[in-house]
Amino acid sequence: MKKFNIVVLAKQVPDTRKAGKDAMKADGTINRSILPAIFNPEDLHALEQALNVKDQYPGSTITLLTMGPPRAVEILKEGFYRGADDGILLTDRAFAGSDTLATSYALASAIKSIGQVDIIFSGRQAIDGDTAQVGPQVAEKLGIPQVTYAEEIVKITDKAIQVKRRLEHGVETVECPFPLVITVNNTAPHCRPRNAKRLMKYKHASTMSNRQENNDDYLASAIAHPHLTIKEWGVNNITVDHEQLGLTGSPTKVKKVDNIIFQAVETKTFTDLDEDIDELMKELVESHIVG
Amino acid sequence: MNNIIVYIELVEGKISDVSFELLTKGRSLANQLKCNLEAILIGNNLKGMEKELFPYGIDTLYVADDARLAPYATLPHTSILVKLFQEQQPQIALMGATTIGRDLGPRVSSALKSGLTADCTELEIGTHTDSKTKHVYNELLYQIRPAFGGNIIATIINPDCRPQMATVREGVMKKEIVDIQYKGKLVNLEVAKYVDETDFIVKIIERHIEASKVDIKNAPIIIAGGFGVGSADNFKLLHKLASVLGGEVGASRAAVDAGFAEHARQIGQTGVTVRPKLYIACGISGQVQHLAGMMESNLIISINNDPQAPINKIANYVITGKVENVIPKMIKYYREHTK
Repeated sequence: MKKFNIVVLAKQVPDTRKAGKDAMKADGTINRSILPAIFNPEDLHALEQALNVKDQYPGSTITLLTMGPPRAVEILKEGFYRGADDGILLTDRAFAGSDTLATSYALASAIKSIGQVDIIFSGRQAIDGDTAQVGPQVAEKLGIPQVTYAEEIVKITDKAIQVKRRLEHGVETVECPFPLVITVNNTAPHCRPRNAKRLMKYKHASTMSNRQENNDDYLASAIAHPHLTIKEWGVNNITVDHEQLGLTGSPTKVKKVDNIIFQAVETKTFTDLDEDIDELMKELVESHIVG
Repeated sequence: MNNIIVYIELVEGKISDVSFELLTKGRSLANQLKCNLEAILIGNNLKGMEKELFPYGIDTLYVADDARLAPYATLPHTSILVKLFQEQQPQIALMGATTIGRDLGPRVSSALKSGLTADCTELEIGTHTDSKTKHVYNELLYQIRPAFGGNIIATIINPDCRPQMATVREGVMKKEIVDIQYKGKLVNLEVAKYVDETDFIVKIIERHIEASKVDIKNAPIIIAGGFGVGSADNFKLLHKLASVLGGEVGASRAAVDAGFAEHARQIGQTGVTVRPKLYIACGISGQVQHLAGMMESNLIISINNDPQAPINKIANYVITGKVENVIPKMIKYYREHTK
């Protein structure tokens, strides 16, 4: 039986869904520092699809790849708890300031260093940027096809995969040979929960630099428990053209950022008592807003 | 000669509204930049469609007409755009932030190593001075979009790479015919020169396309529900009020994520932008990403049991109370006092 080499692209993101009124400062701007850093939700859907392929083809391997600061290692551990076999943290100052194009270049270069890969899954988009660009851009950089907005794997054989896509106006099922990039929609099934045994096994997993920072006896622990050392790659671990990385490799620049402050309007307040609702409705009917 | 080019999107053989909206914006940008507005139409059986398009002020319409080019598939459409852009060197390229545009745009931008800004809400022309080199860039495209879950507005520029690419959501910009008699040039592309056999590697097995039954974009009255509505069952109350008042039901992202309403009803930065004459927000706290999609409503009523809900700041009327108590009273009054 075929064994698939699968890569799942994931991103650690601030939980912008929590940017409600608790995260609002007195001046109406958002307090970003209180937002928790989480595994991008659609990337978890992507991990589930990878695990689903592995269920059907045991012996397949799932490598979780993330680019980000050292603390992004947290989502790799989360991936291990849920069933990923391997994880790579792509981290280097040279990646700082990357837009989607420079990010996809770095990720595609890392995938090439992983070796022969059959399927690359990623979430459709990340909740901090909502651009949905990195998946298709990685596919183009690797010169392989992309299947976006995947909701379900309909069928998988040694040769090809059939994927149901969720579009604005309906659904479409396509068939594509390997290798390919699949971006997974938020309408796809949620990721399975953490597995207790795996949680125990990987609880102390860490990168070598994290260990060094914590003054652990890092070499000894790495030798004693090799599976607990999470791979950490920088520019020297991948073959890249430095011009295409980070700020220099990013064609888009942020010219300015404005906080949104909504202009308050004059507000009339009512209770939910009958007479209040009647008064409001009377106003609406009389001014022909309704009716 | 560095023009503006718009990708025309076809949905089941019909030109989508977002393409007309982009042409309208493209025309005004082209006037400002004193360049031409061009468009590219890719599909099958396209004869005569130019009549619908030229009135929007297109100077050159490129057409790639081939049975293999419909329905939309990523690779052949990418190949055509990439080659055409290499030949024509447009300064700006625009497409809809639709499932098609968001599949195609990044692929094209990656191939051309040019920058792409997704989901722009405004496009303007402006200058930029590089803070290090002091180099002054004139007539750049300011690509303005909400970011960070809609909590900030970012202005993005592409100083050096061309084309400057942007996607825009449907309904965000207005569509307007320039001149019903507008004369443009039609250029039929020789498809075989633009696509390769290997572009057809992804096969479409099955398609179920249905016209969306939900039309919140054009509804004069919208009853929108948030997570605070509490359940899909309570959402039925919103549907009842909508049918009584002759409106449609909308939803916040949180309500859609919770499964209270389908995605087609989502209002906000990642959903639809609406401008109804009456917007009744039920149990919506008012995250910026939601407000961005409805703040231009003519009249806003907020029903919320939290008097401090952020949405109340922009509401004309606030009813402090539970949605399930208030809505039946509104329905009752309306039924008793109108014919």
